[in-house]
Amino acid sequence: MKALILVGGYGTRLRPLTLSTPKPLVEFCNKPILLHQLEALRQAGVDHVILAVSYMSEVLEGAMRTQEQRLGIRISLSHEKEPLGTAGPLALARELLTESSEPFFVLNSDVICDFPFTDLVRFHKHHGKEGSIVVTKVEEPSKYGVVVCEAETGRIHRFVEKPQVFVSNKINAGMYIFNPSLLHRIQLRPTSIEKEIFPVMAQDAELYAMELQGFWMDIGQPKDFLTGMCMFLQSLRVQHPERLHAGPGFVGNVLVDPSAQIGENCTIGPNVTIGAGVVVEDGVRIKRCTILKGSRIRSHSWLESCIVGWLSSVGQWVRMENVTVLGEDVIVNDELYLNGANVLPHKSIAESVPEPRIIM
Amino acid sequence: MLKAVILIGGPQKGTRFRPLSFEVPKPLFPVAGVPMIQHHIEACTKVPSMKEIVLVGFYQPNEALSRFLVSAQQEFKIPIRYLQEYAALGTGGGIYHFRDQILSGSPEAFFVLNADVCSEFPLPEMLAFQQQRGDPHSFVMLGTTANRKQSLNYGCIVANMETCEVLHYVEKPSTFVSEIINCGIYLFTPAIFQHIGEVFQRTQQELLLGACLGEESPNGWQRAEVIRLEQDIFTALAGRGKLYVYKTDGFWSQIKSAGSAIYASRLYLSQYSQCHPERLAPNSPEGPTIRGNVYLHPTASIDRSAVLGPNVSIGKGVMVGAGVRVRESIILHGASLQDHTCVLNSIVGWDSTIGRWARVEGTPSDPNPNDPYAKIDSETLFRDGRLTPSITILGCNVTIPAEVVILNSIVLPHKELSRSFKNQIIL
Repeated sequence: MKALILVGGYGTRLRPLTLSTPKPLVEFCNKPILLHQLEALRQAGVDHVILAVSYMSEVLEGAMRTQEQRLGIRISLSHEKEPLGTAGPLALARELLTESSEPFFVLNSDVICDFPFTDLVRFHKHHGKEGSIVVTKVEEPSKYGVVVCEAETGRIHRFVEKPQVFVSNKINAGMYIFNPSLLHRIQLRPTSIEKEIFPVMAQDAELYAMELQGFWMDIGQPKDFLTGMCMFLQSLRVQHPERLHAGPGFVGNVLVDPSAQIGENCTIGPNVTIGAGVVVEDGVRIKRCTILKGSRIRSHSWLESCIVGWLSSVGQWVRMENVTVLGEDVIVNDELYLNGANVLPHKSIAESVPEPRIIM
Repeated sequence: MLKAVILIGGPQKGTRFRPLSFEVPKPLFPVAGVPMIQHHIEACTKVPSMKEIVLVGFYQPNEALSRFLVSAQQEFKIPIRYLQEYAALGTGGGIYHFRDQILSGSPEAFFVLNADVCSEFPLPEMLAFQQQRGDPHSFVMLGTTANRKQSLNYGCIVANMETCEVLHYVEKPSTFVSEIINCGIYLFTPAIFQHIGEVFQRTQQELLLGACLGEESPNGWQRAEVIRLEQDIFTALAGRGKLYVYKTDGFWSQIKSAGSAIYASRLYLSQYSQCHPERLAPNSPEGPTIRGNVYLHPTASIDRSAVLGPNVSIGKGVMVGAGVRVRESIILHGASLQDHTCVLNSIVGWDSTIGRWARVEGTPSDPNPNDPYAKIDSETLFRDGRLTPSITILGCNVTIPAEVVILNSIVLPHKELSRSFKNQIIL
């Protein structure tokens, strides 16, 4: 089977991290975002993944060659010369997608969940129509476009953008499976699959919805990245508790790379991910944070709801909170207070940031 | 023989020092580890032939003041008395009211010092200057240089460049007059009381006259006694060959607000490093890391992994836990800083507790460091309806929970906080 992942452009919503690393390669819970998807796809029997990218990155290409080897699957990059929206890239990859007559997966690259690909194939084959999409329940449907479908079968009646009165609490989760015949509906021009293709398919009674069990998050921006991390770690707690770190000084769900060093008298957690080679000195308090590869958190610092970029250094007695994001190789001097700071890569911070802002 | 008078004011004064002045009279607030006026007293005792120090003010006699008087007399081996005004009589009225007591024993001269200044107190120099002038009856005021803008907040002195005679004096002018400002430290001879007496008589006559004409004059008998040295005496004395200014380049600051207490502490601690290095905490392998000038009370218990300074004063019985960082702050007696806390530009009140990993931080109100004549700005609590960022002050017995941040805030006494606060006054 094949899968197409809509990687898209520069990942600007996840800046400053994506100024250093293509978004698919940013580690989410100590594994590149894309790898979460690749591994789940392979497990569902996918042997060829097409990445639809709108900018070329040698780093991404290189990483994909490595993953081809590691996972034993084929990975192609399909490059859009101009942005083609969410449907156009399917037309661009038409040849690759029609190499076989099997259905293929399509997914947004920002989605993290317990990927239900095997169930999705079964569901899709069961109803036998052209397409199936995964939907997930949300608390406040008025913020999203919702999917109205038949409770029994999942057949989609219609889509409603930002409903003012309650019609449904299910939203598109950004994961689909289609028969190759779908490609007849799509032309090679910028097209939105959600707005231009799905409503027509629903009208034709060719589109079904499968409800996702478990957590789901679009981790395309830092705030949601952290929320998604909390959900993912909780799901690890249930499914693979042995992968989480336990012991004195660790609270709740904490994921620590074996090569990281943690000092004495620290309190880490809940909901913390510590990457490879990270050094956390003595007396540090961290909760609800992702600390990326090679960073150093110096003694007596206090961090909550932060993403610390690769190879950064956070000084002693620093307090960082409120979705502070440090880009790659940022140095935060001792004793500073960063509240919601967004710090671009290779920057040395010498003054506190008491209110949220971007540090160029 | 010589005497000294320290004008300590009363509870209605020093409100800019709240909430700290709720607990202790402002003149007794610790600066660089000792009560504010102990610096005055120590300077006075260094003047040869100083025989007595008199505190004049309108505080009700209180335990803190009595205890201070006892201990200061023991420490400095000099009589120190407190004379209580029956009402706030002003800087001139107070000493005039107690003139017999001040003149008893016939001192040739006496110093008058305002309590709310911090200074090098060049008292022997003022004395030598007075004797150089050749006129044993001249009066000397201490002056220092301010920048043009800030001079308007002070008493401004125009002096003869050569003789240093004060030609003109005006208190807080609305336009620029002079860069030389009054430091609130004077050397008087007994003759000053004639000048104050003249003002007293004249005011009383005016009041009587006003009363005869049927003008409203509430408690007029009292008003005649209210005399301000600055406006009522110096302005009149200027240009009459009586009043001279001794200019100092030594450190000097007012201590009006709590923020200026941290600045004043820094000045005194830096003086300690020159004159009394034994009063400063040393770096020792068994003790905490000391950066710059730090005063540690011997009874304070400090974990050796703590890092303190510069400009930190830690009071009696304070507990400082592991990995604590304190900089530019005053920690008052009985306070407890738990592990990993970070305290910057703050005053932590008596018996307050700061929980683990909490951060208590203020914004320093230091004078512009690039202007050698800059003084601390007389801060207003609010500007344009918003609290101006200032040092953080925790009143007495305040509890800060673990892991929160308290930024640019004032917490009134006996308060238990449950979350972070920024830029607020917490009642």
